Amino acid sequence: MRYDTVIIGGGLAGLAAGISLQKEGRSCAIVSTGQNALHFFSGTFESIQEPDQRILDLFNGAGIHVHYKKGVRLMPLGSFRESGLSLEDVSLFPTPKIGRKVLIVNFTGYHDFFSAFLAEGLEKQGMECRIRFLNLPEFANFSAMRSVQIARKMDIAWEKVVQEVRLLIKDEDTVVLPQVFGLRETAVVSRIRQGIPAQVVFAGTMPPSVPGIRTQMQLKQRFEVLGGTYLMGDRVLKAHVHDGVVHSIVTKNLDQHYLEADSFILATGGFFSKGLKSNPFQVSEPIFGLDVEYALDRNQWYNPSFAADQPYMAYGVKTDAQLKALRQGESLKNLYAIGSILGQSHPELGSGAGLAIRSAFAAADDILSTPSV
Amino acid sequence: MMKPQEFTESRHNFEECTKCTVCTAYCPVLQVNPLYPGPKQAGPDGERLRLKDPYFFNYALKYCLNCKRCEVACPSEVNVADLIQSARIRYDKSPTKLRDRILASTDLMGTLARPVAPIVNGVTSLGITKTAMDAFLKIDRQRTFPTYSMQSFEHWLHRRRKEQAAFPEQVAYFHGCYVNYNYPQLGKDLVKVLNALGVGVQLLEKEKCCGIALITNGLSAQATRQARHNVAALGKAVDAGLKVVTTSSTCTLTLRDEYPGVLQVDNSAVRDSILMATRFIFEKLEKGATLRFRPDFHKKIAYHTPCHLEKLGWGIFSERLLRMIPGVEFVMLDSACCGIAGTYGFKKENYQASQEIGAALFDQIKAVNPDLVACDCETCKWQIEMSTGYPVANPISILAEALE
Ligand SMILES: Cc1cc2nc3c(=O)[nH]c(=O)nc-3n(C[C@H](O)[C@H](O)[C@H](O)COP(=O)(O)OP(=O)(O)OC[C@H]3O[C@@H](n4cnc5c(N)ncnc54)[C@H](O)[C@@H]3O)c2cc1C
Ligand code: SF4
Ligand code: SF4
Repeated sequence: MRYDTVIIGGGLAGLAAGISLQKEGRSCAIVSTGQNALHFFSGTFESIQEPDQRILDLFNGAGIHVHYKKGVRLMPLGSFRESGLSLEDVSLFPTPKIGRKVLIVNFTGYHDFFSAFLAEGLEKQGMECRIRFLNLPEFANFSAMRSVQIARKMDIAWEKVVQEVRLLIKDEDTVVLPQVFGLRETAVVSRIRQGIPAQVVFAGTMPPSVPGIRTQMQLKQRFEVLGGTYLMGDRVLKAHVHDGVVHSIVTKNLDQHYLEADSFILATGGFFSKGLKSNPFQVSEPIFGLDVEYALDRNQWYNPSFAADQPYMAYGVKTDAQLKALRQGESLKNLYAIGSILGQSHPELGSGAGLAIRSAFAAADDILSTPSV
Repeated sequence: MMKPQEFTESRHNFEECTKCTVCTAYCPVLQVNPLYPGPKQAGPDGERLRLKDPYFFNYALKYCLNCKRCEVACPSEVNVADLIQSARIRYDKSPTKLRDRILASTDLMGTLARPVAPIVNGVTSLGITKTAMDAFLKIDRQRTFPTYSMQSFEHWLHRRRKEQAAFPEQVAYFHGCYVNYNYPQLGKDLVKVLNALGVGVQLLEKEKCCGIALITNGLSAQATRQARHNVAALGKAVDAGLKVVTTSSTCTLTLRDEYPGVLQVDNSAVRDSILMATRFIFEKLEKGATLRFRPDFHKKIAYHTPCHLEKLGWGIFSERLLRMIPGVEFVMLDSACCGIAGTYGFKKENYQASQEIGAALFDQIKAVNPDLVACDCETCKWQIEMSTGYPVANPISILAEALE
């Protein structure tokens, strides 16, 4: 099967590139082994502050509501971090203070939201907290409650939370709820805010991240509505490369049926998504065998202190200025590398989501500057 | 000397699990059945415990639909559903219920019912029969039972074997129980389309039911015997230089992946030759063959990718073929389980969960309001027709109808 561009990896970077190309009428297929880092997303797009119009268009086009204000955001254990472009679920504050008196509301039996730690963290910073649990019949005899199961029920029964919280509030000016609302019914987040007579703050839970999965679904849907093909659950095994040009790729499911394209984008993520692999002797890129920037001495790969920045997180594949990937020092003529697989090799593009989106745009622009055949 | 991780292997890849929880977001059962522990706990987490002591086997594993959506979502390629089905085979020693035996014996049922098909069809659709089946067998009375055909597909094709042998190119067809006993028309449609491409269709030398219903109903010994039989039968066709085409996504996944994965039956000699007919046809067209379509064919078609086709990753072939037909307005439905999962939804204890799982899909179909729903799976067809009232057809049947 033939496309204008085949994108390997369907996370934020792959989807941003796919949407940009489909919008300009290029046909794209995305192949992805499995789901991606958006499933652990906090709701804040790292290294994007005041967003440019193009980033806003990407999100608005997919029906994703984002906002930015200089300041800080609340972390799951009650600390604060610098704000960034965020989903509507995430509240941004000018200073590390979310309110005077805080009511933290959790669901009975839900262990992936750390209400006690959160309260402890906020109280240390001078905010008075009270924790209450909701015991909803929706979750009677659930053997294991996870964010997504709660979210599915809440897409239908969110009004109950509003009613219960209204009864629970005494003199609190702020209510904190876990980030488990609006999986498919995206309006639920704002409806809850409207229904509760206090400031509502949603705080992060253990994965899977409901706002992250929602974002993934919306971007994927946008890509498909634009005519893109998304092949989920299929791994790219190898590529056919001749004279520095990638001709086709081989996938696990399609075996003898190669995917051909004019250009290819590698968006397979970092170690976590297996875009990069390591064994005790080396760090490598498994599909093309691209050049990877890493320390030769294995002892320098990591810092034994758990909390320290880990050097291996900066490792990534090498590219030229157009993000074309290098192999044995030579750039492949039609293969771009974008997103987490770049590691920290392009600090000017930012990190995290910022890197994913900016590198995706850059690769798409370079592809669009060559006419399609 | 330390051994690099890449040289270690674990059963169904379960050591690769990073505990990322991604699979739990995509399991349709976990969202509706509070008794089900979900793919992560039932699969890789449970496997660690079961390896220590079979005492940890949990009978709630029977709620798994075997839809494989957890595997499609898993970034680490853990064969979660295979782990669950294998654990059921290894540790579940409870005897199989009569009802499950009946539901699982698709070919035996077919053989018995076919000669008296009008009577069986009449009887299974009677209110009193449904009440009795519901009460004694725990087959939910709200289900519509598949009807049986008087003449089997095998019989029909066998009578045409000379005419089929005259075509310059040949394939073998694994038709499956559904085409043979319930709906021979799909097989006839395939023959029509392949003949139009200059390809003749042969039967395998005595195929047996692929066995998926036996696997999911705890009858793995019988499933293994049938798998060995089928691999031998497929082997003869492949040795004769034939590709084997199929029209059921579930039979295909079973023949290709469940045989080695769950039943440990080696199919390496035949696996690559087993193709969905949609893929075979698409590849022929890609190489330059042509089909001529009627100018007056106009239909709005909503396509549902069955779970097992999603797992095979071959939905694109059906999609491409349908989009190619002039006069087709194509709508891709969101990828979601319809809830039937073969014999699962027929069981009284699963009926409600089954309908809840499918609800989002049914709503979307009603909103799209197509002339026809297309889908490559026979049990999805029953479920969607029963739950939405919209007619469902296999892409092959749609191609056949649109042909000049
Ligand atoms: C736990 C965690 C939490 C994070 N939280 C945040 C956050 O809150 N904010 C933020 O800005 N950033 C966060 N990040 C950083 C995050 O990596 C980026 O923001 C961004 O989502 C990365 O996108 P990506 O598309 O480059 O890679 P990924 O999202 O990792 O996607 C790569 C995809 O490629 C697929 N793939 C890999 N190999 C193959 C192959 N051979 N064939 C086919 N497909 C393949 C993978 O299955 C995966 O789906 C987080 C990262 C992690 C790991
Ligand atoms: S998605 Fe895969 S790796 Fe993640 S928890 Fe499930 S089985 Fe483990
Ligand atoms: S196969 Fe389907 S039902 Fe079974 S655990 Fe996986 S996702 Fe859930």
